[in-house]
Amino acid sequence: MILMYFTERPYRDVPEDEVIKNRGFFGVPNRFFDREVGARLYNEYLDEMVYAEDVGFDAIMLNEHHGTPFCMGAVMNVEASILARITKRARIVLLGNPLPTFKNPLRIAEELATIDCISHGRLVPGWVRGAGSEQIFNQANPAYNRERFEEAHDLILAAWTRPGPFRWEGKHFNYRYVNPWVTPFQKPHPPIMIPGVLSPETVVWCAQHRYPYLGLGTALSATAELWNIYGDTAAKEGYVAGSENFGYLQHVFVAETEEKAQELGKAHLFGGGQGAFSRPEHTLPPGYNSKEATKRLARTMTAGSGGFLGVSAEQLGRAKSNEDQPANLQAVADSTRRRLARGEATIDEAKAAIYKSYQKAQDGLQIITGTPKTVIPKLRRILEVLRPGTFGVFQSQGPVSFEDRMTSIRLLGQEVLPAVREIGKELGIQDPFERQPGSRPYTTGTQRDQLVSLDALRANA
Amino acid sequence: MAEWTEEITHIAGTDLAIVKGGKGKPLLILHEELGHPGWMSYHQELAKDRTLIIPIQPGYGKSPRVEQIRNVHELGLFYNWVLNEMNLAPIDVIGFSIGGWTAAEMATANSKIFRKMMLVAPSGIKPAEGEILDIFAVTIGTQLNATVHDAAAAPEFRKLYGGERTPEQFEAFEEARTESARIAWDPILHNPSLPYFLQGVRGLPTHIVWGREDATVPVTAADSYQVALKNTDVKLTIFDHCGHRPEIEKSAEFVKLVREFLA
Repeated sequence: MILMYFTERPYRDVPEDEVIKNRGFFGVPNRFFDREVGARLYNEYLDEMVYAEDVGFDAIMLNEHHGTPFCMGAVMNVEASILARITKRARIVLLGNPLPTFKNPLRIAEELATIDCISHGRLVPGWVRGAGSEQIFNQANPAYNRERFEEAHDLILAAWTRPGPFRWEGKHFNYRYVNPWVTPFQKPHPPIMIPGVLSPETVVWCAQHRYPYLGLGTALSATAELWNIYGDTAAKEGYVAGSENFGYLQHVFVAETEEKAQELGKAHLFGGGQGAFSRPEHTLPPGYNSKEATKRLARTMTAGSGGFLGVSAEQLGRAKSNEDQPANLQAVADSTRRRLARGEATIDEAKAAIYKSYQKAQDGLQIITGTPKTVIPKLRRILEVLRPGTFGVFQSQGPVSFEDRMTSIRLLGQEVLPAVREIGKELGIQDPFERQPGSRPYTTGTQRDQLVSLDALRANA
Repeated sequence: MAEWTEEITHIAGTDLAIVKGGKGKPLLILHEELGHPGWMSYHQELAKDRTLIIPIQPGYGKSPRVEQIRNVHELGLFYNWVLNEMNLAPIDVIGFSIGGWTAAEMATANSKIFRKMMLVAPSGIKPAEGEILDIFAVTIGTQLNATVHDAAAAPEFRKLYGGERTPEQFEAFEEARTESARIAWDPILHNPSLPYFLQGVRGLPTHIVWGREDATVPVTAADSYQVALKNTDVKLTIFDHCGHRPEIEKSAEFVKLVREFLA
């Protein structure tokens, strides 16, 4: 198994009230950014990554978001370049570069080749479409999101593998001479991995390209369903998919005592947690969704959800009754923000509503926090269900001190990672470096791998 | 109620849905960015003595997207081709919002394509003061609410959008928003070259209509249009207590104005 450390590099000093009221991205004005805090945090995050390598992580993962306190990694390739030099062994996994937002993808091909060379071939680049908010921040037309994603991907791969110079005349990108002097250290090109949040179109695209797909903390049952879609697509493409084709990212926080872990682990829900990521109108600008995805979304907005001009009493009633259901961080953040905007709740009541979902989020394994002893059995449950070849640990967001974060990393390295490796061996999980994804041919009658364990899933329900 | 039909015609290299209704001289109507709203009272009134021809913009409803139309200027070229192929030029036109911008683009390519041109709160020119609402970064509800000044005083508006939302309506709006984003995302709902090319429009009587409280395209853009159209005969009417949709908010006055102008 590839065990990976990830922090979103949040700006931890942002006022929580602002995030609850306004969400990430353009909701929170950048006057709250303090350069001293920013400088300190960037350096702490680099130190965390180096330490994660020291304690035994196989990989360090970065992501990229623009214009939001949730993630200071607005230009992830810059951080990756530094890590290429100051780490020695760990793979540098970038999940991912938001291809549709780039006006000049050839430059991305150059940046990544540089990182791969400086790190002597430790780069694992990944591509994302970018959240809707990224299209807005970067003035990238959401109606061309998938087209630009695919063309930029093809261009970068061509720039890395096809002898230059050659001309590129596409629909969205045109170049007179594609001839990057620096090409990647790894040949024919660095191994690619794709993260996602449950878009079936992306899963199918990954399977067609034999790229491992990594679920970003997505619900277990929905993830299991999509991995089977991946497996079916792989069979159609003529190969057997296995654990090497999958990865999963999980919120985990560890402390020396259960009390401390429980207290600090709450920071996963800071500002509303992942549910407060972005406003709906920024998450899904027009055209960002495929026609099929819009159709699916329209069906979830059934009659009774209110008209276009407001929210019906029935919908409000449903939002209230949601409080008794399993934790749906998005629904909690949404209803909290609506009630605040209408003056139906104070900020303290809003916070109380958010943190009320803490135990439910732990019960549903959305957040795993505790001592090494208590988190290992929970991690085993996830590994049993999803069998991921790559497993990422998502460091806590919110106001957790550098010291407490480093303690979590140390305990993970000393006690949790060795146990997880053993579980991986016991379950026969292979990672993408042990077994090349897509390397096992499939013909009719070939035995396919069991990609997920529905029994384990049911046992968790 | 006046009769209307919707038929799909193969024209200008594509299938184009066209809504037609009424009797008399043809009148071209270019719909706004959320699509043809349906047969409203102003359609019914105007159809009494004019044949309304309402093409459903490619990418909307039953008209498939035309990939080669990449911006509103090219949409204008497309409609010029349609009018030529249908032998309808010169024709009177009313364009609403992005449909007004489209009509203006058509006129820059060929002033003779129209007999008279009415532009109702057209986007297309960056206002001297204020900003065009970024309809692509707000919810459909916000976008709709921003189109009228006083929803309570506009019964047709409530009738259109005040009911329960069906999956089909949601999809239709998302498709409409997608297509307008595709062709008008950047720059935000305007063409920086349009004011320059509008100076080339000659011999085309033009009437610009706006609501003073327009929260979608600020009324200041009316002046910019008037200045740009300085080489042709141009009039301006601004309705008080009115937002982006005078045809719904001031329906009777709007119909009267159209009749006088097109007489």
